[in-house]
Amino acid sequence: MDVNEVLLPGVGLRYEFTNADGDRIGIVARREGNFEVIRYAADDPDEAQPLFRLTTAEADTVAEILGAPRIAERFADLTREVPGLSAGQVVVPAASAHAGKPLGHTRARTRTGASIVAIVRGEDVIASPMPEEVLWAGDVLVVIGTHDGINGVRRIIEA
Amino acid sequence: MHTSLALLLELGVILVGLSVLGAAARRWSFSPVPLYLLAGLALGNGGIAPVPAAGAFVEVGASIGVVLLLLTLGLEFNTAELTHSLRRHVPSAALDLVLNATPGLIAGWLLGLPWPGVLALAGATWVSSSGIISRLLGDLRRLGNRETPAVLAILVMEDFAMAMYLPVLVVLASGGSWWQALIGVVIAIASVTAAFTASHRWGHHVNRWLAHPDDEQLMLRVLGTTLVVAALAELVSVSAAVGAFLVGLTLTGATAERARAVLAPLRDLFAAAFFLAIGFAVSPAQLLPALPAASALALAGILTKIATGWYAARRDGIAPRGRLRAGTALIARGEFSIVIMSLAGATSPELGPVVTAYVLLLATIGPLITRWSSDWLSPRRPRGLKSS
Repeated sequence: MDVNEVLLPGVGLRYEFTNADGDRIGIVARREGNFEVIRYAADDPDEAQPLFRLTTAEADTVAEILGAPRIAERFADLTREVPGLSAGQVVVPAASAHAGKPLGHTRARTRTGASIVAIVRGEDVIASPMPEEVLWAGDVLVVIGTHDGINGVRRIIEA
Repeated sequence: MHTSLALLLELGVILVGLSVLGAAARRWSFSPVPLYLLAGLALGNGGIAPVPAAGAFVEVGASIGVVLLLLTLGLEFNTAELTHSLRRHVPSAALDLVLNATPGLIAGWLLGLPWPGVLALAGATWVSSSGIISRLLGDLRRLGNRETPAVLAILVMEDFAMAMYLPVLVVLASGGSWWQALIGVVIAIASVTAAFTASHRWGHHVNRWLAHPDDEQLMLRVLGTTLVVAALAELVSVSAAVGAFLVGLTLTGATAERARAVLAPLRDLFAAAFFLAIGFAVSPAQLLPALPAASALALAGILTKIATGWYAARRDGIAPRGRLRAGTALIARGEFSIVIMSLAGATSPELGPVVTAYVLLLATIGPLITRWSSDWLSPRRPRGLKSS
């Protein structure tokens, strides 16, 4: 998806994208931490139609509802404290050799040093999964490790 | 005890009065600035209800108010945003300067002001109120509009231009010959550059000392440092306001953000005192004769800002309706026109009534025109969430 980012000097940032229905959606992220969600009419793309506003806490909740990326972000906050450590997400493709097999079979940590700290499956999050947890196609794995380690896990899972 | 009783009572009544005015202003997304000025006029010399005891506090508060206004202006500043604006909108900013300063220059010349006064009047007609306008755009839910980045870019560049303009104005207004002024101008520009370099290279050291995790400590340190620097700047006759602005520029990142948050209530209080003091200094009897000149300037100021916004929005490929919205958004003049006037006021006393009347007019009419422009421009679409 193509997200356009526009700087609003003194105010914050505006993100813009077109959804599958062809609606042009904008999100204004204010420096103070609150958000405004808007939509652009097809007949006048310059004028925003305000949809709703969110406080910081509301935006956090909405982001949690909307799903997995926030979880990786939270790990990212954590990993910022340790130089060299980062967090990434790996989607299990339908064609993966590991889909339908237990997590332990990947031997991801032994081979790459990176750890799979959570599995996001639809609306569920399996935190610190055990080696016997079975992976499904479409699962999102939250991985913590070095950049090379995360890429290694991606290669293993996508193989 | 008697005097302190009178002081507390008068000050309390004034603050309650200002809160009523401010609430009314917010209700219709107006700026409270013109109402504060009117309150100052009513309470000051020749007004309807003089307040001798609170007057002294307001005078002291006013000088802190200017310092805090300029400090928060400096804190708003972000080099990335400036360079981004410069990349796209230098021609818009140049047009903004030429179109909007010219009426002030001509009027100053016609009024026979000394030339620092002429320069100040040009500055007062030039600079839009970034405070009023960014608040207004938020209230009118226009931050998502495509023309808004152009409007904000112009405001940022005007604020940046203030960093050069204010020191120059102060040096010229403090009198002195051509060469003194020239040296002063060089010193002023050098100190602004030095502040920028300092913030770029050693900003983190300053930030580390000022950025105490405790909010109270942060407030005391930033405020204390700013007042000391402001006093030093005043000592070398660069004006306290400019000193405070430089401190604001030096602070960056998260520290600047937190400092803005903790200083906001203080700034609101002392800035109110500043606007009251401006009102005190002008007597209503002086204001009436200044009204024709101020109205003519206001009319010119409305047209020139609309032209500026039109041009800037067109550069961003905005359709005519959006261009008009951008133009009308820029009309409001406010706190900085008043600050400019107060910095040059000593050389040309005639300046006070004209600029006060000018700001009274444009800080009131500007937001009204901005507000109405959306309704005039799109009568067919009801406001709200109707889909197209």
